[in-house]
Amino acid sequence: MAKITFHNITKKFGDETVIPTMNMEIKDGSFTVLVGPSGCGKSTTLRMIAGLEKQSSGDIFIGDRCVNDISAGKRDVAMVFQNYALYPTMTVWGNIEFGLKNRKIPKYERKQLIEEITEIVGLTPYLHKKPQKLSGGQRQRVALARAMVKKPEVFILDEPLSNLDAKLRHQMRAELVQLHQRLGTTFVYVTHDQVEAMSMADEIVLLDKGEVQQIAAPLTMYDYPKNLFTAQFIGTPPMNIIDTTMLPAATWKKSIPTKIGFRPEKIMLAAQPSRLHFSLPCTVLARETLGTEIIYQLDTFAGTLFAKTFQQPIINSKNLYLTVKEEDIYSFKKNNSCIAPPKGVEREIKGIVQ
Amino acid sequence: MNHLWMTLRPYTMIAPALLVFLLFFIYPIGYMVYLSFHDWNFISPDKNFVGMNNYRALYDHPEFLQSVENTVIFTLLSVVITTVIALLLALWINKPTKLYGFVQGAIFSPHIISLVSIAMLWMWLMDPQYGLLNWLLELFGLPQSEWLASPDTALYSLVIVAIWKSVGFNTLILIAGLQSIPSYLYEAAELDQSSTFTSFLKITLPLISPTLFFLVIINVISSFQVFETIDIMTQGGPLNSTSTLVYFIYEYGFRFFQLGYASAAGVVLLIVLSIFTVLYFLLVSRRVHYQ
Repeated sequence: MAKITFHNITKKFGDETVIPTMNMEIKDGSFTVLVGPSGCGKSTTLRMIAGLEKQSSGDIFIGDRCVNDISAGKRDVAMVFQNYALYPTMTVWGNIEFGLKNRKIPKYERKQLIEEITEIVGLTPYLHKKPQKLSGGQRQRVALARAMVKKPEVFILDEPLSNLDAKLRHQMRAELVQLHQRLGTTFVYVTHDQVEAMSMADEIVLLDKGEVQQIAAPLTMYDYPKNLFTAQFIGTPPMNIIDTTMLPAATWKKSIPTKIGFRPEKIMLAAQPSRLHFSLPCTVLARETLGTEIIYQLDTFAGTLFAKTFQQPIINSKNLYLTVKEEDIYSFKKNNSCIAPPKGVEREIKGIVQ
Repeated sequence: MNHLWMTLRPYTMIAPALLVFLLFFIYPIGYMVYLSFHDWNFISPDKNFVGMNNYRALYDHPEFLQSVENTVIFTLLSVVITTVIALLLALWINKPTKLYGFVQGAIFSPHIISLVSIAMLWMWLMDPQYGLLNWLLELFGLPQSEWLASPDTALYSLVIVAIWKSVGFNTLILIAGLQSIPSYLYEAAELDQSSTFTSFLKITLPLISPTLFFLVIINVISSFQVFETIDIMTQGGPLNSTSTLVYFIYEYGFRFFQLGYASAAGVVLLIVLSIFTVLYFLLVSRRVHYQ
């Protein structure tokens, strides 16, 4: 077990800077998820931890050990690749054994380790099959077993579930969380899917353009986004953002924020506007009925907004009013930093916008 | 009627291709086998049936046996050395830089030069008196060679030319094979503390084995058919030391006009090559690895 520390890390590919400067600490024994849009540098960050990519400057520590000049194999890190990277010419057994053999672990010990691990991941009946004879889920398990058998200090997983179908992905998510609890090892997990991040992480590291936007536990990040990017990235559908120039000046009591935002599920839809809360007239453009929840796409004079309702009857009328309580409204400053709604403090926004 | 047409239709569809195939492939082969049981001089209207006599004569003919031996030595040496050199070169120059790209192109160039030009070039290089090779050997104080002029070295000299000609093509095919191996496998191996040599042995070699098999077989088949360089550089000499099967067939067929005899040798060549081809398909069906 070990924590991972990034100290003034930069990474350039030729002239292109992928990571300007990065300082962060991944907690010992945590399940940390690196999440961000494509090209945000999350995979590069992961590969630098693994030692498959060398940082342009700065120091990486695993535990108390500086690993700058330690080769990938000696970092005590095991990796699960997106496409599993199983050796196609070896059997399941051979795949799991390969790393142990290279470490010169004696044969009886190898056998014991492999049998133990394959029992855990349920691969025992497939030990003598080649990877191409296995299903996606089974290959995934082989990749996990191959990583686990080395008993590493750090597990890193690069979008390991993205090649699985939706149902299996759901199942594996739960299994990975259980696996983490059982092993107690530091997990670093990369994904572009914020749902995966929210559902699995102890701590989320949100990246954009190679910069850390926020490091926080999932719900903290959801409730207290640090800036506009975080607010919009986390949550489906994303937070509704309205540019305040679109709204009449009379809306504000005091200082005017640049933008305001609110979560889709905080919107109440009604035939009448509310005199007490923030209200906008809207038309329903589209509706997604997902079972217990329904997502409405709404057209307002301030732009297209999304609303989400839970276990409520479908609203069929087209012209409605959306209402949001002031305590659910986030405001954003000019530099995009976010001010979460202060609970029970003096309200800034009043009345209806007609 | 309709039923009959349904039965005949597929045959009608493939008839044109089948006709060409029969006319230009099966008929000549069949005719060669037919001729091998006869005595014919190309002109005479009579073809005398002689049964197995042509084959029996081949078996007792030292010149033929020498040709077979030469062919086998030539093939073994050129195929093994070409493949090994090509593999080493491929591993070395398989890098995505401009310089290596140029080297890859340059190394391929012998393949597109006509064999006749290559033969002329190497005859000059290997000339015992005025050749560049002997001049170089002398420069470094090494013993000179007679190259093509001596029965002891002529066959090996031809092997050198064959390797020079085919190594670039082989390298390029192997580079293509190497590039089809996904890089993440090597990364996984790196994390598994695999040494470069182990990675080569456990990942690279098994994954390019289909390419290697393919190259070995086409190299064997083309070496067995070597002709142009021999015809130009040595005419099978000195002292029959470089005569190969195809050259033997050519000499007896088109110089001495013993068509039946030459056809019998042709049948022997056909059988040998068929064995290799069948072997190739058997090995490939068993050893190919797909992702």
